[in-house]
Amino acid sequence: MEADPSTNPRIEPRLAVQRLSTSFPTEGGLVHAVADVSFSIAPGKTTALVGESGSGKSVTSLTLMRLLAKTANARVSGVARFATREGRSVDLLKIDEQALRALRGNQLSMIFQEPMTSLNPVLTVGEQIAEGVRLHKGLGRSAALADAKRMLDLVEIPAADRRVHEYPHQLSGGMRQRVMIAIAMACDPTLLIADEPTTALDVTIQAQILALMRKLQAETGMSILFITHNLGVVAHHADDVVVMYAGRVVESAPVRPLFAAPAHPYTQGLLACLPGRARLAGRAGQPRPARLFAIRGQVASPLAPPPGCAFEPRCDLAIAACRDAMPELLATGAAREARCIRVAAALPEAA
Amino acid sequence: MKMPPMLRQLLHRRIVLVAAVVLLIIAVLAIGAPWFASFDPNDTAVLQRLKGPSSEHLMGTDELGRDMYARIVHGARYSLAIAALTALGSVIAGTLLGLVAGFFRRLDAPLMRVVDAMMSFPDILLAIALVAILGPSLVNVVLALVLVYTPRVARVVRASTLVVRELLFVEAVRALGVRTSRILWRHILPNLMSPILVQVSFIFAYAILAEAGLSFLGVGVPPEIPTWGTMVAGGQQYAHQAFWVVLFPGLAIIFTALSLQMLGDGVRDLLDPKLKKAL
Amino acid sequence: MRKFLLSKALGMLAVLAIVAVIVFVLTRAASGDPISVLLGDQATAEDIARVQKVYGLDKPLPVQFAYWLREVLHGNLGDSIFLQRPVTQALRERAEPTTLLALMAVAIAAAIGIPCGIVSAVFRGRWIDQLFTGVAMLGASIPSFWLGLVLIQIFAVSFGWFPVSGYGAPDAALAERVHALVLPAAVLGLLNSALIIRFTRASMLDVLGEDYVRTARSKGLAESTVVLKHALRNALVPIVTVVGLTVALMIGGAVVTETVFGLPGVGNLVVSAVLRRDYPVIQGALLVVAAIYVLINFSIDLLYAVVDPRVKVG
Repeated sequence: MEADPSTNPRIEPRLAVQRLSTSFPTEGGLVHAVADVSFSIAPGKTTALVGESGSGKSVTSLTLMRLLAKTANARVSGVARFATREGRSVDLLKIDEQALRALRGNQLSMIFQEPMTSLNPVLTVGEQIAEGVRLHKGLGRSAALADAKRMLDLVEIPAADRRVHEYPHQLSGGMRQRVMIAIAMACDPTLLIADEPTTALDVTIQAQILALMRKLQAETGMSILFITHNLGVVAHHADDVVVMYAGRVVESAPVRPLFAAPAHPYTQGLLACLPGRARLAGRAGQPRPARLFAIRGQVASPLAPPPGCAFEPRCDLAIAACRDAMPELLATGAAREARCIRVAAALPEAA
Repeated sequence: MKMPPMLRQLLHRRIVLVAAVVLLIIAVLAIGAPWFASFDPNDTAVLQRLKGPSSEHLMGTDELGRDMYARIVHGARYSLAIAALTALGSVIAGTLLGLVAGFFRRLDAPLMRVVDAMMSFPDILLAIALVAILGPSLVNVVLALVLVYTPRVARVVRASTLVVRELLFVEAVRALGVRTSRILWRHILPNLMSPILVQVSFIFAYAILAEAGLSFLGVGVPPEIPTWGTMVAGGQQYAHQAFWVVLFPGLAIIFTALSLQMLGDGVRDLLDPKLKKAL
Repeated sequence: MRKFLLSKALGMLAVLAIVAVIVFVLTRAASGDPISVLLGDQATAEDIARVQKVYGLDKPLPVQFAYWLREVLHGNLGDSIFLQRPVTQALRERAEPTTLLALMAVAIAAAIGIPCGIVSAVFRGRWIDQLFTGVAMLGASIPSFWLGLVLIQIFAVSFGWFPVSGYGAPDAALAERVHALVLPAAVLGLLNSALIIRFTRASMLDVLGEDYVRTARSKGLAESTVVLKHALRNALVPIVTVVGLTVALMIGGAVVTETVFGLPGVGNLVVSAVLRRDYPVIQGALLVVAAIYVLINFSIDLLYAVVDPRVKVG
């Protein structure tokens, strides 16, 4: 993590994001979709970026890959240091297009939320996998196709020989997502960005895809930036968690400590929403509530943010000082941070 | 005087503003033609025939010595009137047709087949045939062109109606027992105003071009009526010696049609993206 | 696939049927009593009644329509009053200049329109996009006869590169005939490129916003590959439709251009037929022109099924 009084020796992170900000000019004013976001991902680890719709998590990932629509006229600032396979460290946001394209689909891959629309309908599945292989590994047509078949096997699609010549519409959603993973993995990436890869899939398929990703990670040692709003997934598949709200990081921590003792009131609220939770995290001894918990209020419009802390209008722990200024990220424990001035009050007795 | 917000947005776009101003000028010139031209458009002066543009005759004279500028300004009245009436007529008829087709599922397929059939004929050909049947007169040209362009409007209105239906959850409203005519009139139609306005603009432009074409061929309005098209038809054979006889009426047509299309485009840009697709 | 074909075929037949009805009604409305017209002033009442019986004109309208339709389906479109030959023959004679013109014009229109449309879409909002879009709008505002006269004045009269009008001598070689078509094809081509630019641009913009284009970029592909291989292939389908339909419309729709350039084409034939009240010709031409449009439309739909792997299912 960022401030690192950890016991681990300093391993160079695969990706180190510092103070990333993305803003969009709109008719109503400048929208700060992502503001001052910092986090890092160690090699071989999975970091989950968690937040509800509109929290800025997708925009973060698209900004890192520089895949935002040109028409959006995004203003980006900050640094995103990526450690390449060759041992160099490049700033993804500053390198020129050509250098970025050499990394994309190669060392740095992305899979998207909608498998139904993320594949080109007029090209075969094999062609779409082979494309990246031909580009980055310089293989010829037939060698690349063989590679594509191998990838389909790797992502556990049966009858790969036949499938490789099929079109996306002939595959189910789950299989299409596997194809997306195959495309992303074709050139052995060291960092995979997965933007809500299972949100659009059935629950049973979700589990399969997640297991597949886990397996691939174990085999290749790649890092994963996993973007999701599903805390259940986070609990089982992430090593570190970064919680976002209204474009900012509000808490970051390793997964177990986060779930055991969330520091930020928003995180606490998120965990309390899980139907499995019998009581609000951190408030031991309370009786099981009769209703499902929901965080009161709504996310404020990005064009009219609250003065001070963005979560304040919805927070049960808010005090007058919360309205004064946006809180800074404060260390709340080993490799943990939270953006809340009430952290001292929110920290459970057992840290 | 408060301007409706859409109008203000519209005029913010420079292009639309220019187009609107040009159209305004043309309209004013047309309506107030006698005051804006120093010559009578029908005054023949054989000695003055086919004279080039000069300080006296800004746009030269035609084959009968008539002042071109006066003829164009007066001709604007006829050309614009025909096109305006065409736009109005086809939009009204097309909207009715499109609304019905888009709203009543069972009528949709048969009505659209008829529309398809009518659109299988090239516009000009159909117009020529219709004028041939009805007889050459100003009113008949309008009637013919209305029949030609109604299917086009109907298609667009139908597509927009289908979109608006879904947006307004019409099924749900109907289930509540609201009368169909009320739904159509007070809920669906107001949402169609923008696409309809776009169509008015474009049909107006097409009609100007179509009428000019018909008149040029000699199958439109009778040649005595001075529209821009008949002017070109009359001056055609003198084109190589006195090109201005053809040039200026053509420019008038171009400016008008272009401004109308820019206006229509501007309105279309402001549309809800879902409705824009229907266009 | 079979279901798809069947439903499309039925739809086509329905439209053709309505087209037939429209043409029938139009000509009956125009010609009133075509028999008197045919026989002239000298015919006696007996003659008229006899011929009416032969042609079934004493029967009610729907029956007349049935007779007429039967004749049409047998390839009999009647005889031209003025040209003294079967309408089908007159049309066949006129087919070549019109078809050649249509093909040349569409080739020009597509060659200009598609690349400009692609560039417009890729550089959306920039000056080149505004330029092309503006030019496209201008192109849609120019009357074809005016452009024709202008081009004649410049290239035929002043420069003398092309004939002022006409289609070459009856025995002229193909090259000479094509040469005579250059200016009219340029007129139609330029004017129709406007439509194709707008359509291509719109179609490309749609496709460029799709998720799979983003996926292609995320693979590190060069932008030109993304645009030409991934986007264009998907955008092409509606573009090809428009191009195909434009050809269809130009057959019979190039009336004004044919007249300006004195080309002996189908459109020109219809205009003279109208001026001379040659109803069989008007009727036959309308029918054939519309039928061709419907058939081309249908063929394009079929082509979709071949080109787009998804359509076979639907």
